[in-house]
Amino acid sequence: MKFTLSWLKDHLETDASVEAIAERLTMIGLEVEAVEDPAAVLAPFTVAEVVAAEQHPNADKLRLCTVRTGTAGEADLQIICGAPNARAGIKVVLARPGMTIPESGMVLKTGKIRGVESQGMMCSARELGLGDDHSGIIELPEDAPLGASLIDVMTFDPMFDIAITPNRPDCLGVRGVARDLAAAGLGTLKPLTVEPVPGTFDSPIAVRHDSDADQEACPMFVGRYIRGVKNGDSPQWVKDRLTAIGLRPISALVDVTNLISYEFARPLHVFDADKLKGHIHPRLARPGETILALDEKEYVLTPEDVGICDEAGPQGIGGVMGGLETGCTESTVNVFLESALFDPRRIAATGRRLGIDSDARYRFERGVDPESAILGAELGTRLILDWCGGEPSHLLIAGAPPAWRTEVPLDPARVRALCGVNLDSRACRRILEDLGCEVLAQDVEGVLTVLRPSWRPDISAEHDLVEEVARIHGFDRIPTVSMPRDPMPKQVLTGEQTRRVAARRALAGRGLSECVTWSFLPKAHAEAFGGGQPAMDLANPISSDLDAMRPSILPNLATAAQRNADRGVPNAALFEVGPDFQGGEPGEQRMVAAGLRAGQSGPRHWDAPPRPVDAFDAKADALAALAAAGAPVDNLQTAAEAPAWYHPGRSGTLKLGPKVLAWFGEVHPGVLKTLDVKGPMVACEVFLEAVPAPKAKATKARPLLAASPFHPVERDFAFVVPEDVAAESVVRAATGADKALIAGVSVFDVYQGDRLEAGKKSVAVCVTLQPTERTLTDEEIDAAGKKIVAAVKKATGGELRG
Amino acid sequence: MYSMRLLHSRSARTGGGLFFTVRECYATARVGACAPELHPLMDGSMDDLDTLRDELMTAVEGAPDLGALEEVRVTALGKKGRVTALMKTLGGMDPETRKTAGQEMNRVKDAIAAAIEARRAALEAVELDARLARERLDVTLPARPERAGSIHPISQTWDEVAAIFGQMGFAVAEGPDIEDDFHNFTALNFPPDHPAREMHDTFFLPPRADGSRHVLRTHTSPVQVRTMMSQEPPIRILAPGRCYRSDSDMTHTPMFHQFEGLVIDESTHMGHLKGCLQEFVEAYFEVENVPMRFRPSFFPFTEPSAEVDIGCSRKGGELRIGAGDAWLEILGCGMVHPNVLVACGLDPTRYQGFAFGVGMERIAMLKYGIPDLRTFFESDLRWLRHYGFAALDVPTLHGGLGR
Repeated sequence: MKFTLSWLKDHLETDASVEAIAERLTMIGLEVEAVEDPAAVLAPFTVAEVVAAEQHPNADKLRLCTVRTGTAGEADLQIICGAPNARAGIKVVLARPGMTIPESGMVLKTGKIRGVESQGMMCSARELGLGDDHSGIIELPEDAPLGASLIDVMTFDPMFDIAITPNRPDCLGVRGVARDLAAAGLGTLKPLTVEPVPGTFDSPIAVRHDSDADQEACPMFVGRYIRGVKNGDSPQWVKDRLTAIGLRPISALVDVTNLISYEFARPLHVFDADKLKGHIHPRLARPGETILALDEKEYVLTPEDVGICDEAGPQGIGGVMGGLETGCTESTVNVFLESALFDPRRIAATGRRLGIDSDARYRFERGVDPESAILGAELGTRLILDWCGGEPSHLLIAGAPPAWRTEVPLDPARVRALCGVNLDSRACRRILEDLGCEVLAQDVEGVLTVLRPSWRPDISAEHDLVEEVARIHGFDRIPTVSMPRDPMPKQVLTGEQTRRVAARRALAGRGLSECVTWSFLPKAHAEAFGGGQPAMDLANPISSDLDAMRPSILPNLATAAQRNADRGVPNAALFEVGPDFQGGEPGEQRMVAAGLRAGQSGPRHWDAPPRPVDAFDAKADALAALAAAGAPVDNLQTAAEAPAWYHPGRSGTLKLGPKVLAWFGEVHPGVLKTLDVKGPMVACEVFLEAVPAPKAKATKARPLLAASPFHPVERDFAFVVPEDVAAESVVRAATGADKALIAGVSVFDVYQGDRLEAGKKSVAVCVTLQPTERTLTDEEIDAAGKKIVAAVKKATGGELRG
Repeated sequence: MYSMRLLHSRSARTGGGLFFTVRECYATARVGACAPELHPLMDGSMDDLDTLRDELMTAVEGAPDLGALEEVRVTALGKKGRVTALMKTLGGMDPETRKTAGQEMNRVKDAIAAAIEARRAALEAVELDARLARERLDVTLPARPERAGSIHPISQTWDEVAAIFGQMGFAVAEGPDIEDDFHNFTALNFPPDHPAREMHDTFFLPPRADGSRHVLRTHTSPVQVRTMMSQEPPIRILAPGRCYRSDSDMTHTPMFHQFEGLVIDESTHMGHLKGCLQEFVEAYFEVENVPMRFRPSFFPFTEPSAEVDIGCSRKGGELRIGAGDAWLEILGCGMVHPNVLVACGLDPTRYQGFAFGVGMERIAMLKYGIPDLRTFFESDLRWLRHYGFAALDVPTLHGGLGR
C-alpha cells in the first residue's frame, strides 16, 4: 500500500515529520517498507537564473546560456541547453558537475557539446523524477531566491510504502492509515463529510439479483447512471498522486476509481453505459461463459465466479476486473457507476483460479467495508461530476449490507492478564473510540461493551480488542519480564534426542561430514531405493526432479558425493541424520543416520597408501553410530542380507534378535548407474528409533569392577570350515565353549586358496582365557582348547587346521 | 641393568642432577673392581691369584665389544673358566686353608664379575649411542592421514538453541513432516480459503481415498497442536524441524528449518514473551543488551502478534548484531490465539501463553556470517568443512555456545 504525505494530510491533521510518521506506522503494525522522499535527492539542486541565451554557433536547436548561480564571487556559468523555453530572465533548476541526475542515475560532468564547453545542466521535471514533463526545463517563480536549494522553493510529496497484513483491509485506503495514526497519537483524524448528490432522473439501467445465491455472492450493488460526461485527463494533482504511488493515470473516469480505491479502500467500476445491453444482473456465471477483461485477456468463468452481467453476458468479473468491451474511452458520454459488495471468499477463489492480481481483488478478498457501497457511489459521483461534468440519476440500490454489527466485551483485566500492562477502562475506551469503535456500555467492574466499526472485520471477540489496545498503546511499552524457571535446570532432551545427537557426533568423529539434503528427490531415485509409491508423490513438486518423498537418504548422499567429485573433491565421506519416508501418512517416517563413503579410503600418502572403500568401512560406521546411540553392539548379529540397493554379496544387516538396527555394504553397481554416479560407494543406514532404550536404573552406579589378578592367556586356533560358514559363527561357537574362562575371541586371519581344498577356507582366531581363581595349568589350558575345538566343530563342521 | 644403562646414557646427554649421582655410583663400582683389598695372610698361592686377577681385569677392560667381553667372561667364570678351575682346587685343601683361600677366591671372582658387568654397561651405552646416531627420521614428513568430519551448521544451531531454551525449562518436541490439514492449518485458526493460507506455498501429497490431501508441514506449529492435545499444561516446548514451502529463489528454499516455541500455563503474558526472546537473542548471539523491537503483526494462530527486529549495524558490509541503528527482522511471535487453544481442547478462559517461530538457517547465517541460504543444502564438502563444526564442539552454556 502506497500513499504520499500530502494525501495522508488530507485526512490527518499533523505536524509530525516524515521520520516520525514512518516510525509510528511500523510500531503500530503498518510496517514501512520504503519511504521515498524526493527532497533527500533534490537538496543539492539550486535556483539559478539565465541572464543571457544565444544561439549555439554549431547547432540550430541548442542555445548557449549564461547562467548566474547566486554564489557570491562565482562567475556566471556557460551552459548549453536544448530546451525550447531556455531564454534570458527565467529562474531555473541548476545541476552542477558531480551531481547525480535522478532520472538517469548519471553523474553530471563538464563536457563539450558541439565544440563548446557546458559547465552544468538546467533540468526538466522528468530529469528530476518529478513526473513525465520533458517539454522544457523547469521555470521557477520569479521571486525564487538565487542560489537557494530547490527544496526551499518547491514542495515535494514524500511517498510511503507500507506492508498491510491480511487482517487489516481498512488500511488499504489512506483514510484507514490516517485513523490508526491518529489513534496512536500522531495527529487528529479530519472529519469526513460526504454530501449525497441528488439525482435528477431514473436510471434507464436497472440492477437485479436473479436468485438468493446471486444475492449471497453479491449482497449489495449500488449503481448510478450519469449522462453527458466528457472524459479526458484528470486534474494534475490527481495524476501526480497516482504517479507517485506507481499507478499510470489513464483518464478521468478511470482515475476516479483508482483514487477512491486507494483513498477509501473502496473499489468502484465505471461502465460505458452505451455499450451495455439491457439491465445489470450481478450473478454467478454460467459454465463456459467468457469475458475479455481490461487486461485484454479472455477468461472462462465457472458457476463459482460472480459475473457483472448484462443481457449479453458477463461484462465484468465481479470484484476482480472489469470488461474491456464495456470500459470507458475518450468518447464515452454516458456512464454507469458500480459500487458493490462481494463475498470475500468467492473473490479470493476466483482471483486465485484466474490468476488475476488486481487492486479490486486485493481489497475485496480481504474485506471491504460493508457500509461503504453507498458512500463509494456518492464519492465517485462527486468526482465524475467535478472532472467530467454530466447529470446523475437517482441511486440504484440492490440488496443491503450484510450483517456486521457485533457487540464485543472488553474487560481491562484481560489486557493486564494477556499483555502484562495496566490500562484502565478509560485508557482502553479512548483507544477503541479513536479506532472508530463505539463503546455502548461500561459496567461497574469497568467492563466495556464495544460495537466494532464496520470496516474492521478482524474484530470479533475480546482478544481482538485486547490486541487493539496493546497495539495502539505500544508493544514497546509492555514491560519485559524474565520467565520464572527452576533454579537448577533439568535435562530436557529425551533419550531418543540425546542418542540422535550422539550418533551424529560419533559419525562426524569418524571423519564423515554432515549434510542436510532435501526430503524429496527424483522419482527414479526413489524407485531404486524401494520408494516411488504414488502415496509418496508430491502433487505439486517445486521441480520435476524433486517429485517424490525420499524412501532413503542414500540417493541424496550418493549424488552429493558425485557432485563433490565433479568439483574436484573426490573420496567424499558424508552422512545425514534425518527422516526417510515409508508412506504418505503422518508418522510413516523413520529417523535414520545414513553414511556414505566414495572412492578411496583417503588421499595418497607416502607411507599409508589408500585403498578403495569397502563394506567394512560402512560396517564400522554403522557400529559406531549404533554404539553412540546406546545399542548393545557386542550382542548384535550380522546377517548376510540387505535390501536390493546394496551389493548382494557385499552387504549385511545388523540385528538385535529379529530387530533390524542397520544395513551396510557396497551400493549396488546397477543402482549407482541409475543415480548416474561413479563407484565404488559404500553406505550404511542406521535406524535410530529401533535401538532399544536403555533400561531405567535406580542409580547411575556401575557394577563393581572385577579385575582378575591373574594373567590372561592367549591361544591361537585355525579352523578349516566350508567357505560359506560365517566367521561370526566360528567366533560365537568359540566364545560359548567355556563362558567362565573365555574372555574374548578375535579373528586374526582368513585364508582361502591353493593350500586348502576347494570350497574350504581357514579362519584363525585368537582366544583369550581369563582365569579368576588362580593361574591356569597347562592341563587346564589344553582342556579349554579341546572344548573350543569341539564347539566350533559342532557349530560349523570346522576342523583344526593341520 | 637396563635402567641404569638408560640413565647413564641420558646423563651423558643432559649432564646433571640425579643422573650425575648415578654415574658416580657406577664409577665407584669400577674403581672397587680394579683395586680389591688383599688379605694380609695370603701366601705364595696368593701371588697366583693376584696375577690371575690382574690378567683377567686387563682382559675385561680391554674387551673391545660385547662379543669379546662374553669370551672373557667364559674364559674367567665359565664352567671351564680359570677362576672356576681355581675354585675347584678348594676341595683338596684342609678346612683352615680352604676357609681363607675360599674367601680370597670369592672376592676375586666377585670383583671380576662386577668388572664384567660394568664393562658390559659401558659397551652397551656406546652401542646404543651409535644406533641412535644412525636412526634418523625426516620428521617434516606428514603424519598418516586421518579424516576430520564435521557437523552441519543446522545441527549445531539445533544444539545451541536446545541448550538455551533447556535452561529456561523448554523440552524439545517433535512431529511428523507429512501432516494433515487439521494440524497444519485448521487447528491453527486458518479458515478455509482465507488469504493467509496463500501466504504459505504449500506442498501437497496426492488425494487420499477420502479425498483429503496431506501436506508437507509449512511450519513446525503443528507440533504445538500435537503437544497441546496430548499433554496437560503447564507446557514449555521447543519444536525444531524441517519445514517445506514451494518457493525457490535467492532467499527461499523449498525445505528449511524452523524452531517453534510454545508456553502454555495460567499466567504467562506478553511481557514474559519479550523477556524470553530477549534472553534467547542475547544468549544465542553472545551479545549483551541487544536492542529489540516488537512490531505488531498478524498470524492466524496468535493474537496479539508481533514481528521481532534486532538492532544491528552494517558498517563496511560487516553485520554486527547489537550495535548500530539498523533493524533486522528475525522472528514472529505472539500470544496463542484462543481459537487454537479451543481446537486443542484447552479452555481459553483458564489457559494462555505464547508461541514464536524462528528460521534456523536465518539465525545461523546471522551468527556465523554465512552469506547464502541455498548453500546449506548443497552438500559441498568445501562449504561443510568451512562452515561446519568439529565433532567435539558440543555447545553448552557453561562452556560457551559459539566457536
